[in-house]
Amino acid sequence: MKLLYFAWIRTKIGIAEEDVSPPAGVDDVAGLIAWLKGRGPRYEAALANEAVVKVAVNQEFAPPTHPVRPDDEVALFPPVTGG
Amino acid sequence: MAVRIQSDDFDVGAELMALGGGNTAIGGIASFVGLVRDIAGGEAVSAMTLEHYPGMTERKLAEIEAEARRRWPLQDALIVHRYGRLRPGDRIVLVAAASAHREAAFQACHFLIDWLKTRAPFWKQEDTPDGPRWVGAAADDDTAAARWVTPDAE
Repeated sequence: MKLLYFAWIRTKIGIAEEDVSPPAGVDDVAGLIAWLKGRGPRYEAALANEAVVKVAVNQEFAPPTHPVRPDDEVALFPPVTGG
Repeated sequence: MAVRIQSDDFDVGAELMALGGGNTAIGGIASFVGLVRDIAGGEAVSAMTLEHYPGMTERKLAEIEAEARRRWPLQDALIVHRYGRLRPGDRIVLVAAASAHREAAFQACHFLIDWLKTRAPFWKQEDTPDGPRWVGAAADDDTAAARWVTPDAE
């Protein structure tokens, strides 16, 4: 699974992207975030306030119940501020 | 119909003149140009860096433009959005809508910028005297976008 991080989620975690292989049972967005938070203090800090963590699966906005699969591109980012 | 994401500046006059490509059914073009301000939240801003999600950005802007076209009788529409490091006074974004009549053009232009602000994956970081600061999403932007939500569109 390819993970992408943007804006302050990127700076807090310290990398822009990575390939991960979550364990079986991590099969939706909420489960993925919970698993990531357990990977270390940087992840925990970046994802602490889930109300401001937005997720896109394969470049479409995805709610916590959206499934994630091994070949997905999953992006985590704060609320958008363009325009 | 076009969406473009670029680091380079754009020429507003040239973009609007090119819109529609000589289509004489167009009776009016409405446009909005967003600029970098030199103050935000009471703090001086010396520069702004815009980050985006390549791939998803193009996709979302195309969706937003298609939705505008579905809602209003547009002859043409344009979204140009910059990324990278910008200075106060620099242009950030241009949206424009061309239609036979002004009401559709005005409304579609307003819709394009309101939806872009809440749906396109861009993030702004401002340089302030206290150091760089990520811009938070404005509740006003959600309120502005909410006026365009229709039961069949969401």
